[in-house]
Amino acid sequence: MTRDLALLARYAEGLFWMARYVERAENMARLVDVTQTFESPGREAESWFALIRINADETGFAKRGLAPTADAVKRFYLLDRDNPTSVPASLEAARTNARTLRPLISTEMWTQLNIFHRDMMAIDEAELQGDLLSRLCARIKEGVQAHTGITEGTFFRDQGWLFYQLGRLIERADQTTRLLDIRYHLLVPTGSGEELRVAELTQWGGVLRAAAGYHAFRRVARPGFTPSDVVSFLLTDAHFPRSVALCIEQIEWILGRLRSRWGLRGTVSALERVEELRAGLMGRPVDSIIADGLHYFLDGVQRDLILLAGEIGTAFFRDWRPLAEGAQVQTQG
Amino acid sequence: MQQDVPDPFAGYRPGPYFCELTTDRPGDAGAAATVRARIGAIGLEALRARAAAAEHDLINLGITFTVYSDATAIDRILPFDCIPRILTAAEWRVLEAGVKQRVAALNLFLHDIYHDRRIVRESVIPAELVFGNPNYRPEMEQFPVRFGTYVHICGTDIVRDREGRFLVLEDNARTPSGVSYVVENRHLMSRTFPDLMAGMRLRPVDDYGRNLLSAMAEIAPEGVDDPQVVLLSPGIYNSAYFEHVFLAREMGVPLVEGADLFVERDKVWMRTTGGRQPVHTIYRRIADEFLDPTVFRPDSLLGVPGLIGAWRRGNVALANAVGTGVADDKAVYAYMPRIIRFYLDEDPILSNVETHICREQAGLAFTLDNMAELVVKPVGESGGYGITIGPRATSEQLEHARAALLADPSNWISQPVVSLSVAPTLTDDGIRPRHLDLRPYAVTGRSTWVLPGGLSRVALKEGSLVVNSSQGGGSKDTWVLADDAMAGEVLR
Repeated sequence: MTRDLALLARYAEGLFWMARYVERAENMARLVDVTQTFESPGREAESWFALIRINADETGFAKRGLAPTADAVKRFYLLDRDNPTSVPASLEAARTNARTLRPLISTEMWTQLNIFHRDMMAIDEAELQGDLLSRLCARIKEGVQAHTGITEGTFFRDQGWLFYQLGRLIERADQTTRLLDIRYHLLVPTGSGEELRVAELTQWGGVLRAAAGYHAFRRVARPGFTPSDVVSFLLTDAHFPRSVALCIEQIEWILGRLRSRWGLRGTVSALERVEELRAGLMGRPVDSIIADGLHYFLDGVQRDLILLAGEIGTAFFRDWRPLAEGAQVQTQG
Repeated sequence: MQQDVPDPFAGYRPGPYFCELTTDRPGDAGAAATVRARIGAIGLEALRARAAAAEHDLINLGITFTVYSDATAIDRILPFDCIPRILTAAEWRVLEAGVKQRVAALNLFLHDIYHDRRIVRESVIPAELVFGNPNYRPEMEQFPVRFGTYVHICGTDIVRDREGRFLVLEDNARTPSGVSYVVENRHLMSRTFPDLMAGMRLRPVDDYGRNLLSAMAEIAPEGVDDPQVVLLSPGIYNSAYFEHVFLAREMGVPLVEGADLFVERDKVWMRTTGGRQPVHTIYRRIADEFLDPTVFRPDSLLGVPGLIGAWRRGNVALANAVGTGVADDKAVYAYMPRIIRFYLDEDPILSNVETHICREQAGLAFTLDNMAELVVKPVGESGGYGITIGPRATSEQLEHARAALLADPSNWISQPVVSLSVAPTLTDDGIRPRHLDLRPYAVTGRSTWVLPGGLSRVALKEGSLVVNSSQGGGSKDTWVLADDAMAGEVLR
C-alpha cells in the first residue's frame, strides 16, 4: 500500500536552502579558483578584492577592519565562519538544514554532508597558500559533487526533490551571473591589437574553466569567437548546465511539475517571474546587453532571482511560521 | 588459530558480582563460551581497532546526543562497548512476561486514578501520593483513552543482583528514550563484528518501528481509515533529536515541530506545501507541561495551542497520554507490587528493589538509621541526579544528604545498594567488569509487544553504578538468544 505524500512546508524550505547553501559553497570554490588564476603579479590585492565586490560583501569585509589583502580575502571566504558568505558558513547552514531534514533525506546524504562539514570546519591556514589553494578548491568542489551524486542516486523523487532542485538552480543561475561579473571588476589587460585580443580571451577562458564550461564552449563556438560569444554561452546556451537560461528553463519545468503532478497552487506568481527573467535574457542580442553594460544587466538578473525565490517562499514556505520572518527568503538570496 | 594472541579474558575477575558473560547459567547452549572464545581469537589489539572504527562510524552517521553544560552544546556519541550482553531465551521469557504485567498494571492504575479511584478508596496507596503528585493532571479525569492504554511506550529499568535475579529499579512511563540505540547498536555490531554472531540465532530488533506504527494507528480516533501519524519533537536542539529522527524514519511518518501543527475547530492540522493536512495520532516527545500553552505552561513555544482541546474532543490521539507521570514516580514505584496484586490478582513476576518510603515514619526512621548502607534518591529527579550512595559517600556527603532528607522527607526514598551485575567491557586496562542495567521497551496499543532485549547501559567508570548517558554511561548490544540459538553452530 502506498499513498501520495504530503510534504511539510518546513521540510520544503529546508530542502530549498540546503541545496542553495551547498551549491553556494561549490561556486565560492570556483570563484576563488578563478581569482587565483587571474592574480596579476604585483597587483594581487586588487584581483582578490574583486571577489568582495562581486559578492557585494564590502560592508561585511570592512566591518572586520581588514586591509584588502589577498590573504585577508582568502581567510574571509575560506576560514571565517562568522562571514555568512564563507564556505564554512555555507556548510554550517547546509548541515543545519540537513539536520532538520534527517527524517526525510537518505542516511548516505546525511553522512556525507556531516563528514564534509567537519572537513570544511577544519580548513587550515596553510591550505590558502600557493598550490595548496587550488587543491583545497578541488576538494570543496568534489565534496559538493559527491553530495550531488549521492542525492541524485538516493533521494526520493517526490515533491521534496523538486524543491531541492529549485534551490540549487536558483543559486546556480545567481552564481553564474557573479562569475561573469568578475570580468567587469578585473583589470582590463593592457596592450593593443592581437596582443590585447589574446589577453582578453585568456581571461574569458579562465572564466569558462571556472564554470567548467571551457570544453563545452569550444565545441559550440564558431571559429574566431569573441568575448561576447563567451557571455552569450554562459547566459543563454540551451545545453550547458550552468547557463542561466538552462537553469531558468528547468525552474519553469519544475514549477509546472509541482502544479500538474503534485497539485500545488500558488505557482502562478513564480512562473510570471520566470517569464520576465527569460524575456530579459533572450529578448535581445547579447551584443546589445554588453553595449548597455553587462554589469548592470547581471545586477538586474540577480534581483529578479531574489524576487523569484521570494515568490516561491511566499507560496510554499511561509505558512509554517505565520508570524513570519518569511524574511529568510528575502535576505539570504 | 592464532596461538600468539594472549587470552584477553586472562585478567578478568568479576568478583562477587553476577557476570552476564562468564557466570554459568542454564540454557545458553554454549553461546557465551562461544562469544568469549571468538573474542579471544580476535585478540585485544584487533578488538580495540575495530571498536575505534565502530565509534568513528557513529560520529559520521551523526548517531549522537547533545550535552548542554555551561551554555555550550556538544554532540557526543553514546560510547559503544563491543562485547555483547547475552540473555537466554528462558531469561527473556521471564523479562517479557514481567514487563507486560507491569505495563498492564500501570495502565489499570492510571485508568483507576483518573476515574473511580478505587485504589485510593481502598487505601492501597495514600491519596496525597496520587493527587498531590505534581504529575497528576486533573484534565485527565473521566477522560476516556482507547483500549484504556495510557502508557503506549514504556521503558522499564531492570538490574540483576548477585544471585542473578532480575529486579525492577524504575518505570519510565512518560517519554522513555534510548530505543534507537538498541537498533543502531545491532546494526553497528553486525557491520563491525559479523564474526562474533556468525551462526547464532538472535531475536531480531528491527521490528520496533512497524510495531510502534501499528500501535499508533490502533489508537487513532475511531472511524479514521488511514490515520496520519506524526512524531512531535522539540527540534534539532533537543538532546534526543537523533532518536526522534530514528523513530520518525522507522515509522515512515513526518517528524513535526510545534510550529508545523495548528488547531482549528478542535482538529489538528499540519502545514504542508499543498495546504493543511489532518493529523490523527501524535507520538509526542515533549513533556506534558509543554504540550499546549493554553492549558499548561503559557511560555511554551514547543507545543501547539489548542492541542489538549482537540484531544479531549477525541479528534486526535496522544502517545503517551497526558498524566502518566504520576505512575512512574519513584514514590509510587514503592507501591508497584501492591498495585500489581490489586488490579491483576497476581504476584509480580519481576520484583522491585526493596524500597523505604521516607514519607512514612517507619521508612524515614529506617533510612536515617542506615544511611551509610543505603542509596538515597529524590523522587522527582531523573538522569541519576541527586543520588547519594551511602557506602561510597564521605561523611560530609552523608551529612548533606541527611539534611536534605530531613528538610523534606516526602521527597525521598531509600533502597539497599543492589550489587548490580557486571559484564566484560573493553577498557584501557583490557577487558574488565563493569556494572550495567537493562531497559526493555514495551509498545502498547490494543495489546502489548516488547522489543526483544532492550538497551543495556553500562557504567564505564570502574566500580560506578551510574549508567546514565549524561554521566559517563555507555551501551552494549543486547542479544536475546532464540530457542535454537546454537543450531547453526552444530551444522558448521
